[in-house]
Amino acid sequence: MIAPVKLLTETASQTAGPYLHIGLAPQYAGITTFKTLFGSVLTDANTRGERIRIEARIFDGLNTPVLDGLIELWQANAGGRYRHPGDRQNKALDESFTGYGRACFDTEAGIYAFDTIKPGTVCGRLGDHMAPHVNLWIVARGINIGLHTRMYFADEAPANAADPVLRSIEWEIRRQTLIAPRQERDGKAIYSFDIHLQGETETVFFDL
Amino acid sequence: MKKHSSFGEFVPRDLNVHPATYTPKYRFSELRSPRRSLIPLASTLSEITGPTFDQVTFERADNDLILNGAHDGLPLGERIVIHGYVLDQWGRAVPDALVEIWQANASGRYRHKKDQYLAPLDPNFGGSGRTLTDAEGHYRFRTIRPGAYPVGLDWRPAHIHFSISGSGWAQRLITQMYFEGDPLIRSCPIVGTIPTSAQIDRLIAVQDEAQFVTMDSRAYRFDIVLRGRRATWFENTQGDDT
Repeated sequence: MIAPVKLLTETASQTAGPYLHIGLAPQYAGITTFKTLFGSVLTDANTRGERIRIEARIFDGLNTPVLDGLIELWQANAGGRYRHPGDRQNKALDESFTGYGRACFDTEAGIYAFDTIKPGTVCGRLGDHMAPHVNLWIVARGINIGLHTRMYFADEAPANAADPVLRSIEWEIRRQTLIAPRQERDGKAIYSFDIHLQGETETVFFDL
Repeated sequence: MKKHSSFGEFVPRDLNVHPATYTPKYRFSELRSPRRSLIPLASTLSEITGPTFDQVTFERADNDLILNGAHDGLPLGERIVIHGYVLDQWGRAVPDALVEIWQANASGRYRHKKDQYLAPLDPNFGGSGRTLTDAEGHYRFRTIRPGAYPVGLDWRPAHIHFSISGSGWAQRLITQMYFEGDPLIRSCPIVGTIPTSAQIDRLIAVQDEAQFVTMDSRAYRFDIVLRGRRATWFENTQGDDT
């Protein structure tokens, strides 16, 4: 008799709830337990690459800003290399860049801001090239399972047009929900990324 | 950085074992749930990699919530140990996974400005802990058993929030752990978002008498399963050095 291959079942997700700051970003809850914090500034003086600021906002189905959530960010370095042993591209690591950050809102406008560098191009699944992008994961009260999305850069139009993940989104108009416009403010590049949980302009969320 | 032999893509996620995005009985999901289908994304380097935590400085009391929020005494409440294994879907240990927890105090009150419940804060309890799993995927916390608390007309069963960061971005998981025998579990709207009773049961920690600490603490066991990786990665993205 042939037995079917049996996998364990993944543990069920539950909402992070309204008090997620206590555990994931204790600096926002006034808790000083930990020496290392996972913050929203990913650069130091030695980090290589163009300094950018990503200003994300999250809107609910009534277009009200979501203020109590948390966004995690994971990205490649300026040369397009992830700091992880699974990335075997022949590209240099940057010892001053982990590529990982977390942000909570820091103003009443509900802006989740990351100070980081613009990532380089990463090899795609089929040996092609992915346009520069950052990977985002969103949790909040009312979100039952963390939402995965990506942010691409509006000033990379040719690369975006060729990006295999963007192109896999059947509805061209929906690809636009992942592309953040660029502006200069006080000499610094700002990318504004509005995440819409519902509605006409609902952001594309991925099943990874 | 540790050398690993294989970082294959992840087994596709079975969304039927997770809550739906919109769950009417948990009303906060109404306006915060995407209504369009998730777009399937075949794994790339962006999904099979993820943050590593080998440069994080851990303090001795980071996983000891009895001590890490104490100022001039010990927190009130039942002293407990929570421990278990982080495994993947093949049953293999996930070492070096970051496990972060947060919880209410023994009275059911969170140290958070948004928590208005009339139960008191405990000056000696913060409510957050973190640790890395060891080579066997094992983690351990010492804490105070949290109290139940009301949300509107409902009550939340005693629970501890768990956040787990495994070896890849696509494994990221947040969940909640409940306690064996709590009658509030079956009426909780947030527990009720989970589609099957078997999946609810896997979130319920069981009393683990073998791990009781004499004259000190009771113990509970809670194992967590993250998505598994396939054995091989596809050829072309091995990169230029293969």
